[in-house]
Amino acid sequence: MLELYGTSLRSRLLLGTARFPSPAVLTAAVRAARAEVVTVALRRESGGERAGQGFWSIIRELGVRVLPNTAGCHSVREAVSTAHMAREVFATAWIKLEVVGEEDTLQPDVFGLTEAARILCADGFEVFPYTTEDLVVAERLLAAGCRVLMPWGAPIGSGRGLNNLFGLTALRAHFPAVPLIIDAGIGVPSHAARALELGFDAVLINTAIAQAGDPAQMAAAFAQAVEAGRAARLAGPIEPRDLAAPSTPVIGTAFRR
Amino acid sequence: MRIIVNGAWRETVALELSAALQELGYGEAVVATAVNGEFVAAAVRAGTRLAEGDRVEVLAPMQGG
Repeated sequence: MLELYGTSLRSRLLLGTARFPSPAVLTAAVRAARAEVVTVALRRESGGERAGQGFWSIIRELGVRVLPNTAGCHSVREAVSTAHMAREVFATAWIKLEVVGEEDTLQPDVFGLTEAARILCADGFEVFPYTTEDLVVAERLLAAGCRVLMPWGAPIGSGRGLNNLFGLTALRAHFPAVPLIIDAGIGVPSHAARALELGFDAVLINTAIAQAGDPAQMAAAFAQAVEAGRAARLAGPIEPRDLAAPSTPVIGTAFRR
Repeated sequence: MRIIVNGAWRETVALELSAALQELGYGEAVVATAVNGEFVAAAVRAGTRLAEGDRVEVLAPMQGG
């Protein structure tokens, strides 16, 4: 079981809710993914249209746990205010903390991130910081009170998979007891399987499923990949080697002198 | 009095945040509010006085990654 801030989860696939072609497709994808946690956001609501109210009723009907984000926040102050607003609306202390540092890559501003994490953890939030694979930043986030980290695989929506395998492997090895969720950049189920094989505890997927030709089918594919990767990790993968090693026993080979 | 609601100038006769939300059509909608960048909890909206030019944010659940 995956444990995040004292909550036990069977599913290691967290699902973003953005960019789906329709609410019906989103619902089908959440079910096909067997996701227990979905990410949500806050946006400006018009008093006339009230678009957010319909979305919120769809999510509540799904009966899943929500992880609100602070996506789009560029400063500590914006992120902290958004987190407070999310805690009230979604009635959860969980917050996926994002502080955007750079527009082209949406790379986290790790300085603002650690500062916002410190403020929010001290205020009782259970912070899921969207961060890079940087070990020193990870140390700072844990010192700030975070008990889960969400390192990026690659830039959000890029579908490039695990960009820095060496850095991510080092992060996993350095913090063996901290739940690590690969967030962002996963493109196909094999990327997700790889993350779990490397020992990451879970993955958060959005674009790769929402923008697939058939999102529900892709969600099912990701669910299988995540299960396979986790099972492989527990089974103990072999170490890669440079030269061949015959798998068939050499002793007793015929036609030898 | 004129205030800025979600980035747009709006005219309101309300003096407090809760009354302004009613006047602007939010009714019983599930929203979170901030005034001039600071979170204002639902419980204290009624006691939150508004002044000319205040920047009010009214946010609701939305799809997110």
